[in-house]
Amino acid sequence: MKITVDMSLCESHGQCVFAAPEVFSFDEDDHLVHDAEPDDALRAKVVDAVAVCPVRAIGIEG
Amino acid sequence: MHGSRIVIVGASLAGLRAAEALRAAGHRGHLTLVGAENRPPYDRPPLSKEFLTGERTPESICLGPTAHLGLTERYGHPAVHLDTAGREVHLDDGSVLAYDGLVIATGAGPRPWAGPLPATGVHTMRTLEDARALKEALTGARRHLLVAGAGFIGCEVASAARGLGHDVTLVSGEPLPLSGATGDEAAGFLTRLHHDAGVEILTRSTVTAVHGRTRVTGVTVDNATDITTETALLALGARPHTDWLAGSGLRLERGLLTDEYTRALDAHGRPRPDIVAAGDITRFPHPHAPGPISLGHWSNAVEQARCAAHNLLHPRRPTPYRPVASFWSTQYGVRFRAVGLPRYADHAELRELDHEKRRLEVAYYRRGHLVGALTAGRAARVTAYRSELARSLAGIAPLPASS
Repeated sequence: MKITVDMSLCESHGQCVFAAPEVFSFDEDDHLVHDAEPDDALRAKVVDAVAVCPVRAIGIEG
Repeated sequence: MHGSRIVIVGASLAGLRAAEALRAAGHRGHLTLVGAENRPPYDRPPLSKEFLTGERTPESICLGPTAHLGLTERYGHPAVHLDTAGREVHLDDGSVLAYDGLVIATGAGPRPWAGPLPATGVHTMRTLEDARALKEALTGARRHLLVAGAGFIGCEVASAARGLGHDVTLVSGEPLPLSGATGDEAAGFLTRLHHDAGVEILTRSTVTAVHGRTRVTGVTVDNATDITTETALLALGARPHTDWLAGSGLRLERGLLTDEYTRALDAHGRPRPDIVAAGDITRFPHPHAPGPISLGHWSNAVEQARCAAHNLLHPRRPTPYRPVASFWSTQYGVRFRAVGLPRYADHAELRELDHEKRRLEVAYYRRGHLVGALTAGRAARVTAYRSELARSLAGIAPLPASS
């Protein structure tokens, strides 16, 4: 599973961080950082993160 | 409910997310989405912010596509009546939609102004048309905007209008803008942002009259002070869209009351398993609040709709809806992120306040327990608060579903 985040859309609302904290987090400057190839066991949480992103910036491949 | 007819009233974020969740959960039957506005569902949070400043367009706020959902879409025809005994929704063009299951997601609109208003120049902010009209009014030469009401929408529009170079007067009924929703500490921080940006703020004040016949010329504040203005925004709070439910037998008290399982209550307070509700129209019990609450938040519409869809399809094993609320606001480039229910706190603890770096962290407590948090410029810290709130909610047993 590969994750893409369109940083031109991301507004750091943080809904993905709540849905899948193992994959998404904020750095000290409020920028979103993410694990681009998380374990497949986290798929359900990532799908959730995609659904709750207010600007639909997150995509899943594979 | 599988294979039967489900009608969703409200082509809103909540309505669309309910449709998606119903299909994802295996509903193969007829699914109808009804909307009062003559357009597919779109996203409202940008309307008072990036849409006004031109960073977002009508196309970019569209929530679609809907083709893969196999919906019957009925836009431009508001529901005007609900017959719960006959299980029918009546639309304004006389058509009648029979249902086996119903999702109510008609949202809320601006609280209306009681007195007379000029024909033009006075705005509200809820729909795309509202936002378009205000954007047009704020395009071009520098002018004066009076914002009546300093809730989130009023504050966000004030910020956008200042960004566009207009003069702004913000009239707040509270001691500080947003002090009811966020407490004095956060409201003080936010008020300073507005003040530094050159917004004139009147606190503990109410607009009591709006003047002008064909076009607004000014307002009166507290029956005493006249203010000249060319444009006014009435941001006086939300009123749930429950008019069409009058006579339905459902319980309406400043919204549509539901039980802890997203089910609409009848006049006797009994839940109706065939009617669920989601989004801004609802008032529901929450373990961290003293009574039923209304959350006009984006994330509430999304999460409640998903829960409501599940509970409509699985009436014998419904899931309780007890969210960790989450909301945000952007003003003057500062992003506020909040979790939980700051409004229901009896004590707020200021953890960080730095005007220079525009950073803020406030934790909210009720009877000694954490009920919410709000930050600006400290996004990483919200996650821990959210986890703590989720743990706290998980530790409180839900009421039985068969009440």
